[in-house]
Amino acid sequence: MKAADQKRLLREMIFFRRFEERCFEAYMEHKIGGFLHLYSGQEAVATGVLETVRRGEDYVITGYRDHVHAIKSGAPAREVMAELYGKETGSSRGRGGSMHIFDPTVHFMGGYALVGQPFPLAAGLALACKYRGTDHIAVCFLGDGANNQGTFHETMNMAALWHLPVLFVCENNQYAIGTRIDRSTAVTDQYKRVCSYNMASSQHDGQDLDAVLAAAGKAVEHVRSGKGPYFIEFLTYRQRGHSMSDKTAAYRSKEEEAEWAKRDPIKLYGAKLIKAGVLTDADLKAIEHDVLNEIENDVVKFAEDSPAPKVEDLNKYVLDDRPDPRWIGPLQNS
Amino acid sequence: MAELAYWEAIRRAHDEELANDPMVLAMGEDIGVVGGTYKATSGLYQKYGDKRIIDTPISENSFTGIGIGASMAGLRPIIEIMSINFALLALDTLVNAAAKIRYMSGGRVSCPIVMRTPGGTAHQLAAQHSARLARVFMSTSGLRVVTPRGAMEACGMLKSAVRCNDPVIFIEHERMYNLREQVPDTEYFRPLEGAEIVRKGTDITLIGYNWSFLLCMKAADMLERDGISAEVVDLRSLKPLDRETIRRSVEKTHRVLVAEEDEAAVGVGSEIISVIIEDCFFALDSQPVRIHAADVPVPYAANLEHAAIPDEHDVYQGALKALGRI
Ligand SMILES: Cc1ncc(C[n+]2csc(CCOP(=O)(O)OP(=O)(O)O)c2C)c(N)n1
Ligand SMILES: [Mg+2]
Repeated sequence: MKAADQKRLLREMIFFRRFEERCFEAYMEHKIGGFLHLYSGQEAVATGVLETVRRGEDYVITGYRDHVHAIKSGAPAREVMAELYGKETGSSRGRGGSMHIFDPTVHFMGGYALVGQPFPLAAGLALACKYRGTDHIAVCFLGDGANNQGTFHETMNMAALWHLPVLFVCENNQYAIGTRIDRSTAVTDQYKRVCSYNMASSQHDGQDLDAVLAAAGKAVEHVRSGKGPYFIEFLTYRQRGHSMSDKTAAYRSKEEEAEWAKRDPIKLYGAKLIKAGVLTDADLKAIEHDVLNEIENDVVKFAEDSPAPKVEDLNKYVLDDRPDPRWIGPLQNS
Repeated sequence: MAELAYWEAIRRAHDEELANDPMVLAMGEDIGVVGGTYKATSGLYQKYGDKRIIDTPISENSFTGIGIGASMAGLRPIIEIMSINFALLALDTLVNAAAKIRYMSGGRVSCPIVMRTPGGTAHQLAAQHSARLARVFMSTSGLRVVTPRGAMEACGMLKSAVRCNDPVIFIEHERMYNLREQVPDTEYFRPLEGAEIVRKGTDITLIGYNWSFLLCMKAADMLERDGISAEVVDLRSLKPLDRETIRRSVEKTHRVLVAEEDEAAVGVGSEIISVIIEDCFFALDSQPVRIHAADVPVPYAANLEHAAIPDEHDVYQGALKALGRI
C-alpha cells in the first residue's frame, strides 16, 4: 500500500476516535440525547473492511453502534453529528438519532436498534444486487451478541441457499452489554457457527488494520466473484461501556481492559508507520491537531449552528408525502 | 366482464404487475412450485421462473426482512405469509423495520413491499389458525392496511398496492377465496384509500371490512324485509382511515353499528366508534353497537366456533338494538 494511503487510513481512524470521544463530551453537556453507543477501540474493523468495498455501489448496513460505519461509507461527518444533535440537517433529518443514521446517497442503509434485525435486510439488499445483474455486494456489520437471534440462523440459511452476494462482518468484542460471550454462547468462535449452512468463514485479529485489510479484501473478492456469502469474524474490544449508562467494572476487570488497551488499533498502526519510516512523531502530532480542529470547527460547529426540525413537520415522512392518486385515491363516494 | 373467484383476481393482479415491471417479484412459502396454499400464485412460477417467484424456507421474520431489504434497494416484492397467525413471527421486521424506516431515515429510504396474508376464521381450524389481527397492523404508524371485500377490489387494490411506495399490509380472508364476482376484462386499479358506501340507506349505518362487510350486506337484506333502510359502508382501508365518509353516513342515518370478526378489545370497532364520538357525537340518536367475536381463543368444535364468531344474524340483531326495536 502507498504511504499516502497508509497515512490517510491512520488519519481516518484518529478522526473516528475523536468523533466518538467528542460525542461523549456532547452527551455529558446534554447536547446529545437518547442512547449513545461509542465505537472507540474497534476502529480498525470498519475502517479496514469498508476500505475494501466500492463506495456508493456496495450496500452497507449495521446496528446501533453506527456512526463510524456511516462516515467511512461516505456520509458527511458533519451530517452525522447534526443527526446526533437532533437537527434538520442531520443524516436522517433529526428523525433517527444516534442509532439510526441513514445515507442512501452512499448506500449506507441504516443503523438499527433491534439486535439481529439487519441480517435479513442485508440479505435483501444483496438479493437486489444479484437480481439486477450487478456485481455489487451488501456488507452487514453486527456484534457477537446478534448471532444468538433467530434471524442469524434463518438468514445464514437463505443467504447460503440462494448464493447471495453478502458479507457478514461479525465484530466480536466479547460482550453483549455486560454478558461475556462464554456466558451466553455455546460456541464462542463465531465463524464456526455458519458451518452448518455451508458458508465460507474465517476469524481474524480486528485490532491490526493490515490484518483486517488483507482478510476483508479476500472476503469481498469471494463475495463479488459470485462464490456466495462469506462470514468474517474479527476479534476486537470496545474501550468504553456498551452505552453511556453502564459501568464496565461490573462485568470486566481492569486487567483485561489494560491488556486490550495495549492493542489499541490506532496506537498499533501509528507505531507501525513510525517504525516503517512512513511517519514521524511530528507528523502524528500534526494529524491529531488537524483532526481536533476539523471536528471542532467544521463538524461540531455545523451541528451546533443547524436548525432543529420544524414542529409543523412532525407528520412528514410517515408515508410517501407525494402519493400518486392513481393508486392511492382516495376513492370518491357519489 | 368475466366472473372471477377472489383467488383468481389476486393471481391476475400478480400476473399483470409481474409483466408490467421487472422489479416486481413474489416470495413466500409454497408459492412457486405448488402455486400457493390458496392458489393465488398458481402457474406464475412456470411463467416467470424462480428468480421472480421465490419459494422460501419457513422463516417468516427473515424472508419478510429479505423482502424489505430488497425493497430498500428498489425492488417491489409481494410477500405472501401463509396465514396471518404466522405473521406474528414477522412482526419485528414489519413493525420495527418496514413501518419505521421511511420516518427514521427522514424520508430518505422507503420500503415498497406488499405483505399479503389471509386472516380470519375458516372452518374449525382452531385457535392457532383463526387469528384476525387486523388491529395489530391498524395501530402501527407507517403502514397501510387494506381489506378487499371481493374479487373486484382484490385485483384492483393489489395492483395499486404493488405500485404504492409505502409498505402495504393486504389482508385477505380464508373464507373468501372462492367467492365470485364480475371483474372488467381490461386493466383497472382500485384506490388504496377511502371507505365506500356500497349500499345506500337512511335508517342506520352498518360498517364492516372484508368478511364482516359481507355480514353487514346480508343483515341489510334482512332489515329491508322489516322495512328498515340500512346504509352499508366498507372501510376498505383500515389505515389510513376515511373518517370523512364515516361521519357523513352517520350524520345522515343517526345510528351506527360496527361489525368485526375479531375480539372487541382495542379493536377496529372500538377505534371506529371513538372516531364517531369525536367527529359526530351529536348526530347519534342511540348508542353505537359493536358486533365482534367472543373473548376466547377460537375453539375447534363446530358449535363452539359458531358461537364464538359473529354471523349475519348477530349483525341483524345488533342493528335492531341500535334502532331500539329490541
Ligand atoms: C431485539 C433486541 N433485544 C435486546 C436489545 C438490547 N440490547 C441492545 S445492544 C445489546 C447487546 C448486543 O451485543 P452485540 O451484538 O455483541 O453488539 P455490541 O453492542 O457488542 O456491539 C442488547 C442486549 C435490543 N436492542 N434488541
Ligand atoms: Mg458484542
